[in-house]
Amino acid sequence: MQHRGSRSSGAPGSESAPRTPDKGIGRRRFLGYLVAAPTLAAAAHLGQSAAAPREAGAVIPSAPEASEISDLNDLMTAAAAPTSNLISVVVNSDGTASFDMPRSESGQGVTTMAAMLIAEELDLPLDKINVTLADARPELVFNQITAGSNTVISTYRPIRIAAAIARGQLLKAAAVELGEDPTRLTSYLGVIKAPDGRTIGYGALAGRAASQQTKQVEVTLKDPSEFTVIGTPRNRIDALAAVTGRKTFAMDLNIPDALPTMICRPPTIKGTPRSVANADEVRQMPGVTDVVQIATGIAVRAKTFGQCIDAVNALDATWNPGTADNESDDTVLDKIRQAESPFTVPKVDPAAEVVEGRFTFYFRNNAALEPNTAVADVRPDRAEIWAPLQTPILCKQRVAKQLGLQEDAVAVHVQQAGGAFGRRLFDDAVIEAVEASRKMGKPVKLMWHRTDECRQGRTHPLCTSRIRASFSGDNVLTFEQRHASVGTDYSHGFGEMLTATNDDDRPPVVRENDKGSAGQVFNLTVNVPYNFGAVTQSLDEVDTYGTFPTGSVRNLVNPDVRTAQELMVDQIAAKMGKDPYQFRREFVDDERLRAVLDKVAAEGEWGREMAHKTAQAITVHKEYKGATACLVEIDCRDETVNRKIRNAVTGPRVTKVVMAIDAGLPVNPRGLEAQMQGGIMDGIAQALTSSLHLRDGVLLEGSWDDYFYTRHWNAPLETRVIVMPPTTGKPGGAGEFGVASPMAAVACAYARATGTIPTSFPINHDTLSFNPKPTVPPLPPSPTNGLTFTY
Amino acid sequence: MRTHTFIVNGERVHVKIEDDVRLLWVLRDVLGITGPKYGCGINVCKACTCHINGKAFNPCSVRVADIKGNDEVTTIEGLPDTVGADLHPMQEAWLERDVAQCGYCQPGQIMAAVAKVRQAREAGHEVNDADIDEIRNICRCGTYARIREAIKEGATKM
Ligand code: FES
Ligand code: FES
Repeated sequence: MQHRGSRSSGAPGSESAPRTPDKGIGRRRFLGYLVAAPTLAAAAHLGQSAAAPREAGAVIPSAPEASEISDLNDLMTAAAAPTSNLISVVVNSDGTASFDMPRSESGQGVTTMAAMLIAEELDLPLDKINVTLADARPELVFNQITAGSNTVISTYRPIRIAAAIARGQLLKAAAVELGEDPTRLTSYLGVIKAPDGRTIGYGALAGRAASQQTKQVEVTLKDPSEFTVIGTPRNRIDALAAVTGRKTFAMDLNIPDALPTMICRPPTIKGTPRSVANADEVRQMPGVTDVVQIATGIAVRAKTFGQCIDAVNALDATWNPGTADNESDDTVLDKIRQAESPFTVPKVDPAAEVVEGRFTFYFRNNAALEPNTAVADVRPDRAEIWAPLQTPILCKQRVAKQLGLQEDAVAVHVQQAGGAFGRRLFDDAVIEAVEASRKMGKPVKLMWHRTDECRQGRTHPLCTSRIRASFSGDNVLTFEQRHASVGTDYSHGFGEMLTATNDDDRPPVVRENDKGSAGQVFNLTVNVPYNFGAVTQSLDEVDTYGTFPTGSVRNLVNPDVRTAQELMVDQIAAKMGKDPYQFRREFVDDERLRAVLDKVAAEGEWGREMAHKTAQAITVHKEYKGATACLVEIDCRDETVNRKIRNAVTGPRVTKVVMAIDAGLPVNPRGLEAQMQGGIMDGIAQALTSSLHLRDGVLLEGSWDDYFYTRHWNAPLETRVIVMPPTTGKPGGAGEFGVASPMAAVACAYARATGTIPTSFPINHDTLSFNPKPTVPPLPPSPTNGLTFTY
Repeated sequence: MRTHTFIVNGERVHVKIEDDVRLLWVLRDVLGITGPKYGCGINVCKACTCHINGKAFNPCSVRVADIKGNDEVTTIEGLPDTVGADLHPMQEAWLERDVAQCGYCQPGQIMAAVAKVRQAREAGHEVNDADIDEIRNICRCGTYARIREAIKEGATKM
């Protein structure tokens, strides 16, 4: 590796410093700050806009849809720009750098991404960069929400600016120490070197490079041609902690006296507690210290979680009805059917052929593997919270309001999350922990049981998607999509009180839906990535989001919206007598889509001979300033479908997936690959096996052996993700991006292998493949026969 | 309430607690060994997978009273010591493939993988796709593809 020469303008504030003319041209200078501190601290404003221009299409171009002009990410970054505050990179005397990141890390790899950006601009090895998660910082206003795959898009530039300013300042300090002109110095892996070979480490310079006052400075960022870290595959910075069991989650914290706490929950969705007959008796149970009633149930605190489970199940409670006691899958579907808007585009050509489809997508669970957890220590005059949170500012504000405290009397420490997928946009567990801690007068470590997660947790709303398309000759003339759904809860707004709508004074169970947000999010995230003439898409919602606990599960509406579309695309292609790949190739409205499509077709051997009841399918997806394509092969042969595994759904198996992603500029191709693989597993689950069954106000699922997320036996034997070389030079989102295309491809492959176009998802929903656990007592007791299963 | 004694990660422990408390909570809430994770409490998710006398098991579903005095419990924290190294080869393979995402399931996945490789060998073959298909550990982040590769690679060094 080459030592990197000093960028002439890298020294902040040195306006008179000589420039290297050719390198300065075409580069943009950015403003950041040196922050007054005992050690070197450099900062930048969070927030940038990165709208990608839309490329013209062929065939009959469709008018650009809202999401193509300005997608949700632009709205999120724009919301941040005028009000955002500073994020700082600090250089320490031990030669390390620190960055307190105002985002949540849930496995999506944003801390690694941040460390890479710092490593790039600061010329410091990755393992010398510590990225921690910032406490809630209300002054960041809109800018501490982790959602919509926005993190890399919104932090890509500010983190680099801060790191580049820090490096410039180190060079200046080194120049003084070494008596050299800063432009003659080079920096490499945390060491600054003079032409004569003398060196000085960042650690030794950290104090001397510190600024006495906070001041604005200009800086030039590296040209992408100089990147040695960005765009190279890097392992996660927390990988070692993860494989040694040292990675700490909220549940692993050792906060003094914060004893395990669980909640006895009502038998139906959002029921509320009426009375408890035996609280005193339960308080006498082994290990139990406290039993108190809170808004959502009866909280029990004990020495161990095991004793909490026993105490929860021993409670003799009565309950008020919930919000959906009379609702079942069928009643909700009826309501949705009534809410479905008619198609509006008139038939363009009387000779055109019309295809129509209606698809149902059942409720899906939003839980991560780490259940909802929150540690709360509420005192009369202050409160301290530890929890994995995608919206920490809002949480801080809500807790302050809940307790009647000033915001600054509430400290909210964001913890690493064991998965999030949108679930941790909601602080339900924190609000419960705070109420329990306040009423008990003691710190609590509150955890939801898995069964709580299934039955009272957030869901991806049940919805239908209808499509009507017309085509004539070689042209698709119209393509209309009508999506109708149980309301999605977007009440978190941009993660603070100004835009949040979930902080009214009514109890949390009866909040009204906010149709405005849902419609806006829908319009900003959906598109039809093909030149299909007159395209319209619309959303209708039923129920308030107080009725069902919903949320914007990974990739929001697009897994469903796009699956419906791609199933119709295959039908149109078939009716036109065209190959599914060639048809898409011809109609995609974006060159980047065409490139990823070609890539997976070639690498996945599109069109190869497939055995009876096995098939390939191919789909695309465009979102998050990127493009994906996915080719899958599915095996629907009887011997595969009927594989017997104890307490498991087997069914068709996706045997091979080849996916390509163009993320504009892949900051960490390895991380991107991981995100796509996760999206593939989600897509398989949602197409084939994962759903909740609603019966009379109860979601019947109660564990991972009822709610069939993809398991090892259903994971593809071959999974390949191809990360395309940089295209736009701007990084796009990743965390949510991977679900839509694989889900659609699996659905299409199933249709081609079986000859039956599936119309409801997951395809196994009509068969209840487990015995529902009782709702009273609410938790399944832990078995005692674990030793009979050792292997 | 009696005192239970057994060996965890090579050290003898004594725990005074009710007989029917499941071992997972004794490890996590009493002994502060937090590598084994909770994901269900009913022997389904396998996030809590540890070894007892070298075999995989799920402490969420075993009463502490059923652990005998000479039983050796190994959690992810103690796995490297079983091979006298800083890391077990399976952990190395996990790093090599950058398997973890959120990491929550991974201690359990690694403990299951090590046991699966040994089980396959006892049955006279090297671990294969069919063996891996039998692993019940959930990964909600969907790292299955990398786990599959890492198990095969880790096995070659075990
Ligand atoms: S917590 Fe032990 S198997 Fe799920
Ligand atoms: S890495 Fe998150 S659950 Fe497996």
